[in-house]
Amino acid sequence: MQIYGFSLDCERLPAPLPIWRATVRAETWQVIARALSENGGRLLALWGSDRTEGAAGGLVISAAYSGRDGLLWIDLPLAERAATYPDLLPFFPCAGRLQRAAADLLGVVAEGVCDRRPWLDHGAWPENYRPLRRDQSPRAAGPHREVTDYAFVRVEGDGVHEIPVGPVHAGIIEPGHFRFSVVGEKVQRLEQRLGYKHKGIEKRFTELSPLQAHRLAGRISGDSTVAYTWAYCMALESLAGCQIAARASWLRALLLERERVANHLGDLGALGNDAAFAFGLAQFSRLREDWLRLSRDALGHRLLMDLVVPGGVTADVDQATAARLADQCDRIEREVRELHQVYDEHPGLQDRFLTTGRVSPDLAARLGLTGLAGRASGQAADLRSDWPWPPYDQLDVKVATQHNGDVAARVSVRFDELLESLRLIRVLLSGLPEGPTRSELRLPNKVAFGAGWVEGWRGEIFVALEYDGQQGANCIRRCHCHDPSWQNWPVLEHAVMGNIVPDFPLINKSFNLSYSGHDL
Amino acid sequence: MWRILKQIAKNGIRSEAPPECSDELRVEGERIQHALLEILGQALSIRQVDAGSCNGCELEINALNNPYHNIEGLGIRFVASPRHADMLLVTGPVSRHMEQALRRTYDATPDPKLVVAVGDCGCDGGIFGESYASCGRVANVIPVDVAVPGCPPPPIEIVRGILTAVQRCRTLPG
Repeated sequence: MQIYGFSLDCERLPAPLPIWRATVRAETWQVIARALSENGGRLLALWGSDRTEGAAGGLVISAAYSGRDGLLWIDLPLAERAATYPDLLPFFPCAGRLQRAAADLLGVVAEGVCDRRPWLDHGAWPENYRPLRRDQSPRAAGPHREVTDYAFVRVEGDGVHEIPVGPVHAGIIEPGHFRFSVVGEKVQRLEQRLGYKHKGIEKRFTELSPLQAHRLAGRISGDSTVAYTWAYCMALESLAGCQIAARASWLRALLLERERVANHLGDLGALGNDAAFAFGLAQFSRLREDWLRLSRDALGHRLLMDLVVPGGVTADVDQATAARLADQCDRIEREVRELHQVYDEHPGLQDRFLTTGRVSPDLAARLGLTGLAGRASGQAADLRSDWPWPPYDQLDVKVATQHNGDVAARVSVRFDELLESLRLIRVLLSGLPEGPTRSELRLPNKVAFGAGWVEGWRGEIFVALEYDGQQGANCIRRCHCHDPSWQNWPVLEHAVMGNIVPDFPLINKSFNLSYSGHDL
Repeated sequence: MWRILKQIAKNGIRSEAPPECSDELRVEGERIQHALLEILGQALSIRQVDAGSCNGCELEINALNNPYHNIEGLGIRFVASPRHADMLLVTGPVSRHMEQALRRTYDATPDPKLVVAVGDCGCDGGIFGESYASCGRVANVIPVDVAVPGCPPPPIEIVRGILTAVQRCRTLPG
């Protein structure tokens, strides 16, 4: 069939969003990448898998693109073991780290790339151990080793000095290393080293039962637990042909929007605090605590973990609870509007926010900035409105966008999205359809592929799932989870250039990217 | 400015009473401050180390600083350097890549020091367990005084864990 102007032998996965899967040959791999990059398509994810089964199968490299026809998942089977594949870096800058990660985890390399530094592998795993290869066990591979140093790019010149920060940061933050090259107070270059939190999630998935693994998905990035479990469950339900009940999808959206509100409340306070406005932190952290407490009382968990499950949800809302949740939306909205005005009218705060950490819409488009940060730089993409899957097809989500791409724009998008989510929650509560909250999910007795694609609060979360149900195996062969932070971390390096070092925490917080979701 | 003052006046003080320690009935803020002073001779300084968590525990540890829990009001504060700390609050299964950083942070913390492991992963490796990339529970890497289970533990349980570790410090000889 024709997709993105190509005639590809595509299969549409039975997911609620348009997701297509095709297998291509090496020569087509780059042709598709070029055509998509020229027509506004984006590289969403890139990952490698080992599909060896006895003498059959082999290594496969996969890419997921998003664009006007939805999501396109492309598989490229590699000819021999230790095989290579054509480089995507010339078309998509974000491919760089994704390809380095695939090299670390599976030992497949892109042809002709200059940067061959390991990314997720810090040298501590057993020698030559490639965790996603099926023929390797870490025990056989040898002992663990000490972590190795990383070859940061050196900036030379008069008065340049380096500031190394991390992995243990000076606050309650996740670990990662930032290497600043500065002249005076001005940042010439920032280089990140991530991967400190790599804890083998993708390998761990293959050891869990498909009906239990949503708990692991919910712990890829704790702040996005609803988005990840929904994406995982969507993938599992799509390969099992399970249609979830209307009430279940409405409740999932309720949870997803509550997660968005909780995170935006937290970030808006922290952003005030990072600009020395402690009042903002006190007020917003109070609202966030109110929000989390009602989540616990009404839904059972402060951060909403493990409420989305394969086939539906475990939480339900009766009429009295719905009234309480809606009341709280009204109250929070009143307070947020008041605080919005305080933020807007505070000259000291605006002085720190405006023009700081700027990513122009043009740069954002070239580097593939996505999600909330992308919307603050004119990239008006939001799955809830672009591909409104149930129940978003009945909600008419208003996408919040800004064009300045600075900290102020990212603050502004958060305020707008927060208020929009409060509206959505009230609509969801008033229109909750009757019916069951969980449907039966029957796993197929064959090899099957499923995918999930959900707009989390940070951006789009994608899960690619390969399931093996042959001869009662009922196991996960591969589960790749993609966090939007992969796209946005490299853009943060650009956003910081030319800013002063003390503004880095503020700029970093305005992106608020996930270390855990990236490192896996 | 008047908006800020109005907002502050309208909301008043929202701090709540801290939780009871595991071995005592409900204690008041003042008594906790007193106990901290008596045991440590100073306010309690905590260095938080995320050794590989999913960041859920960090969200709840951050909540300790909100006006309801007001942990600074009890004389407990988070510091930027392990050299200023009395206690390490460690989350996550310890990833292989954080093992060395965690050991170094522990070594940089002056004696006597306390370690509180937070969350199911910190207690027993949680859903991540032990693997090529994960060392499992915090106690596999550094000595742990108190472990607080929960996924993530609510803020009140984290405070309880912190206070229990300090109390334990009093009952230990020397």
